[in-house]
Amino acid sequence: MSFESAIFYVFAALLVFAALAVITTRNPVHAALWLVLAFFSASALWLLLSAEFLAIVLVLVYVGAVMVLFLFVVMMLDVNFDALRKHFRSYLPVGATVGLLVLFEMSLLLVNATRASGAAAPAGSEANTRALGRLLYVEYVYPFEIAAVVLLVAIVAAIALTHRHRRETRYQDPAEQVKVKRADRVRIVEMAPEKRES
Amino acid sequence: MSLSIVPGLTHHLVLGAALFAIAIVGIFLNRRNVIIILMAIELMLLAVNLNFIAFSHHLGDMAGQVFVFFILTVAAAESAIGLAILVLLFRNVGSIDVEELSKLKG
Repeated sequence: MSFESAIFYVFAALLVFAALAVITTRNPVHAALWLVLAFFSASALWLLLSAEFLAIVLVLVYVGAVMVLFLFVVMMLDVNFDALRKHFRSYLPVGATVGLLVLFEMSLLLVNATRASGAAAPAGSEANTRALGRLLYVEYVYPFEIAAVVLLVAIVAAIALTHRHRRETRYQDPAEQVKVKRADRVRIVEMAPEKRES
Repeated sequence: MSLSIVPGLTHHLVLGAALFAIAIVGIFLNRRNVIIILMAIELMLLAVNLNFIAFSHHLGDMAGQVFVFFILTVAAAESAIGLAILVLLFRNVGSIDVEELSKLKG
């Protein structure tokens, strides 16, 4: 077994183990941390497939941003997670049956179909990041722009959904501030001068 | 499946299928906990991305990696909005149990 093959099996085993831990662990914080391990293993596998840019993006975006978001939400919500797991065992037979069926069907398809396709990858003359960047900014530039719009919509939607208008917080209203007249602020009072008593 | 010297396309595809099946089982097992369901969806997308990159490598076509890039974008947007809805749900209902989220039931 070559070195490359050994790395593949190590990280594939790690990936499957971490994925199993994600779906079976009791504590959602642990599940999120196992998911981080799964992303790291997948990133190593992608490196092995010479997709360096996407491997680094997976670690930066998923481990760095999305999983931190998950951990934030899990820790922010005060949920009784044990109550949610009450029927865990009763769901196991159906779930295991469906999962094994899916795995069996997919494997059947793979073993029969992909035996012929043994096309070796052409040796890349260009660095992966450079080639991907050229493709993204030249050929797929409109989808790239649409992806940016999707992210913008996600930002706006997430903020609009979770933003709370607090009644006790005081806000400035610049229009009101500009519109104010002298008469609204100052009142001139006419008073007779007092007589000095002597 | 023979143990070839260099892991081939089939190895990666079987790994992706296993990951996808694990995610499906996860949705079945944790079908009351919305957070774990969202994590299982992330696992499914990871399996799909693994397939895309394996095909891209073995067919020598970079378009697969471009697709993975877009899938990562959409998945990040999906999880951000999903978690925002989850927070909103917890604020209004006080629970993230799927069984209790039946307000829209006619």
